[in-house]
Amino acid sequence: MRRCAEPISAVTSMLEVRGIETSYGPSQVLFGMSLSVGQGEVVTLLGRNGMGKTTTVRSIMGLVPIRAGEIVFDGRRISGLPAYRVAKAGLGLVPEGRQVFPNLSVRENLIATARPPAPGSGGEAWTLERVYELFPRLKERENNMGNQLSGGEQQMLAIGRALMTNPRLLILDEATEGLAPIIRAEIWHCLAALKAQGQSILVIDKNIDALTRIADRHYIIEKGRVVWSGSSSELRADEAIQHRYLGV
Amino acid sequence: MTPLLFLEQTLNGLQLGVTLFLMAAGLTLVFGIMNMVNLAHGSLYMMGAYYCATLLQWTGSFVLSAVIALAGAALTGILVEVVALRTLYSRDHLDQVLATFGLILFFNELVKILWGPIAIFMDIPGFLAGTVEIVPGAPYPIYRLVVLGVGVLVAVFLWWLITRTCLGMLIRAGASNREMVGALGVDIKLLYTLVFGLGAALAGLAGLMAGPLYVVEIGMGDSMLIKTFVVIVIGGIGSIRGAFVAAVIVGMVDTFGRVVPAMIGLTPSIAEMAIYILMAAILFWRPSGLFPARG
Repeated sequence: MRRCAEPISAVTSMLEVRGIETSYGPSQVLFGMSLSVGQGEVVTLLGRNGMGKTTTVRSIMGLVPIRAGEIVFDGRRISGLPAYRVAKAGLGLVPEGRQVFPNLSVRENLIATARPPAPGSGGEAWTLERVYELFPRLKERENNMGNQLSGGEQQMLAIGRALMTNPRLLILDEATEGLAPIIRAEIWHCLAALKAQGQSILVIDKNIDALTRIADRHYIIEKGRVVWSGSSSELRADEAIQHRYLGV
Repeated sequence: MTPLLFLEQTLNGLQLGVTLFLMAAGLTLVFGIMNMVNLAHGSLYMMGAYYCATLLQWTGSFVLSAVIALAGAALTGILVEVVALRTLYSRDHLDQVLATFGLILFFNELVKILWGPIAIFMDIPGFLAGTVEIVPGAPYPIYRLVVLGVGVLVAVFLWWLITRTCLGMLIRAGASNREMVGALGVDIKLLYTLVFGLGAALAGLAGLMAGPLYVVEIGMGDSMLIKTFVVIVIGGIGSIRGAFVAAVIVGMVDTFGRVVPAMIGLTPSIAEMAIYILMAAILFWRPSGLFPARG
């Protein structure tokens, strides 16, 4: 792991993933995966399919157990905690495949798991009104059920639902997959707006162009470990890296 | 059939229907949300009746006994969930069936040890004794009407709980995507325990209200349990609305299935088959039940 030294970030680390290893049954997926996200940073996790991006997210969230390493959030060890306690520590998940509750209305999806911000975390709390302001479309479809929405609307709902838990770190797993370009642009626009408000975000996606415009730092993972990390300008400049690990 | 007999049997059918609904509401939530087959649900019905019968002997007040028995049934359910069922959620249905069948035997033995093998007769509480003429010339027991009313009130309460409260939203969300509810910060285990306690209280309520109508005895929940499973399968597993509609249908079919064949000279044993024929017919038409909770 020495060859990809952690970039020195000016901000203090909020999330620290240190050398985690995760397996599904006998097949190991993560081999000493490490990354960090600082306060107010937007960090991406890039890599081809099957390299362990979603497994990294599931490990962080406590949805799969890790076999080695540790995960620290705000100086507190969160690895080994059940998912609901990880979420309560301040992580908001927008999962792969959106996973909105199909049998709840849009409004219910937003308020069912809503939580006020942790005391002393600062910033303006997320409310229904603020989410509707960010995604006016959700307001229009307030009383529709989750399964009556288009893919893009479901994605907005999944993001809104996570924001309603007032997370200190928002994690988006493939948030623009399968969406029309115009909806995609809307999601990127929303992430940029969230960043401007100081929201820390960890995002997994394949749209390098959009990501290098929004994100501060990037990790490229291959076969369950980080093989490259650096800033947006470094990633843009290094076409060999892009070609080698991302196939673009 | 005379109109008066028809009216009386309709009320009987409705009353059986709401009793079945009280049982089915808990069972369908547990089955739908936790994907757990709980055969011991009938034991909670029995425990509710035994608690109430005993308290009635001590206190003499039916209402007080019923309230404490409800709490007792809920606590019994929570205890069973925490001690035994939690370890079974991730197992397959066969393991769940075997383990909860074991719980039926356990509760039947427990009752035999604590209360003895002899059935207990509960009197209809004094203030609910007697009959009332719903239409002139058709007296109907007040107590049965009260049971019917309580069942309808509970149905309204559950409808409100499920559709209008945050707990209800989480119950519905948990039925569709349990993992996601947890990943958004909700302690799903605690939610399960609460739902189980609620279901146990409803089963206990059904049992204690049935006490004065039938007899409080070991295994009294078993025949109810089978009908209850028919109800939740017809209604669509996990659906409270389905449970209500199906409970009323099954209550009616079962009641009239006993009256009508006798009147037209058929063997009464057809009554035992009526609800199963109904179930087969409905499943042929709608394989996931009348109101499937998912999809």
